[in-house]
Amino acid sequence: MQPAVTLRVTRYRPEQESEPTLATYEVPYRKDWVVLDALNYIKDTLDGSLSFRWSCRMGVCGSCGMKVNGSPKLTCASFLSDSLPGPIRVEPLDYFPVVRDLVVDMSDFMRKLKKVKPWIIRHDERPLAEGEYLQTPDQLDAYKQFSMCINCMLCYSACPIYGLEPSFIGPAAIALAQRYNMDSRDEGAPERLEILSEHDGIWQCTFVGECTKVCPKHVDPAGAIQQYKLTGAIHWLKSLLLPRGAR
Amino acid sequence: MSAEAHYTPYHPRWYRRRVSVWWWLQNRAYAGFVLRELTSVFVAFFAGVTLWQLRTLAQGPDAYARFLACLGTPLFVALHAVAFLFVLFHSITWFNLAPKAVVVRLSGKRVPDWVVVGLNYAAWLVLSGAVALIVLRGR
Repeated sequence: MQPAVTLRVTRYRPEQESEPTLATYEVPYRKDWVVLDALNYIKDTLDGSLSFRWSCRMGVCGSCGMKVNGSPKLTCASFLSDSLPGPIRVEPLDYFPVVRDLVVDMSDFMRKLKKVKPWIIRHDERPLAEGEYLQTPDQLDAYKQFSMCINCMLCYSACPIYGLEPSFIGPAAIALAQRYNMDSRDEGAPERLEILSEHDGIWQCTFVGECTKVCPKHVDPAGAIQQYKLTGAIHWLKSLLLPRGAR
Repeated sequence: MSAEAHYTPYHPRWYRRRVSVWWWLQNRAYAGFVLRELTSVFVAFFAGVTLWQLRTLAQGPDAYARFLACLGTPLFVALHAVAFLFVLFHSITWFNLAPKAVVVRLSGKRVPDWVVVGLNYAAWLVLSGAVALIVLRGR
């Protein structure tokens, strides 16, 4: 069995250097270790100054997204054994400003997420006494896939359009808007349409499709965007052809 | 609490990497995407030739004969061969992506992706067959 594996990790220490550099670490190989375990080993025993985000270690929190050997991955779900014999390249996610080492700033996404109003919008709230809003399994099925997003930002890092046009609302935010649009309890679709159909919304997407491939939760943001393009186009056609009352 | 959250009001030393103009050579998927976008040029070329054909047809038999002679030149044969490959790539990649955009629900269940793709190919086959029939009959 391989005794050790080499990790080439991007370091960026803004107080010391103006550009990221590469650091090489030798980590013991264990077949049940993921890249995040190796990073924690480095931090605990080799270099305590290495900075990275992580929390749950089981693909739920979405904190440990990084580029592993060039692809955006959750490091808690990337086994060392999949990248043997190494070396394994670990970099911060693309297209986000790097704060330090492997830590990126995702405030841009947070702003965009808020813009698409990812919550249930009702014209009239029912009184509490009338009980909860019931849904059939089919109604749940219509949006459940899009609700699995953990905001890990892998899809943004895989999207060259976001890299080239940073104003693009982006895959996860649109998928999450669609999560509420498809919800039978929600009545906010017209409000979201205004945001999603403007220049920086769905029409920026040229369907590269990589967002869906890298998504660790099988959310399919590319599908959400293309389906919404159909909705947007039909709405536009209706607004052109039908009198106001019939739309 | 203020209405706007400001996490990092002073951050002079963020590192922002510029996107290289060669980003599309980074991996095969990006290269395939750019190639697919490029196919639109050849689709437009083919549409232009078809419009040209209609125009010469309206101008009379002499003009149409000249058009046909022009199509027979090696340059046009080569252009059409390249255009055919690109249009083929265009059709196949878009057909395969169709189920992402078209979600059909029949009695509450989502129609499987392969059915949506299969219907596209079937329509392609039927239309191509119909065109081939018309062209070959005319001979």
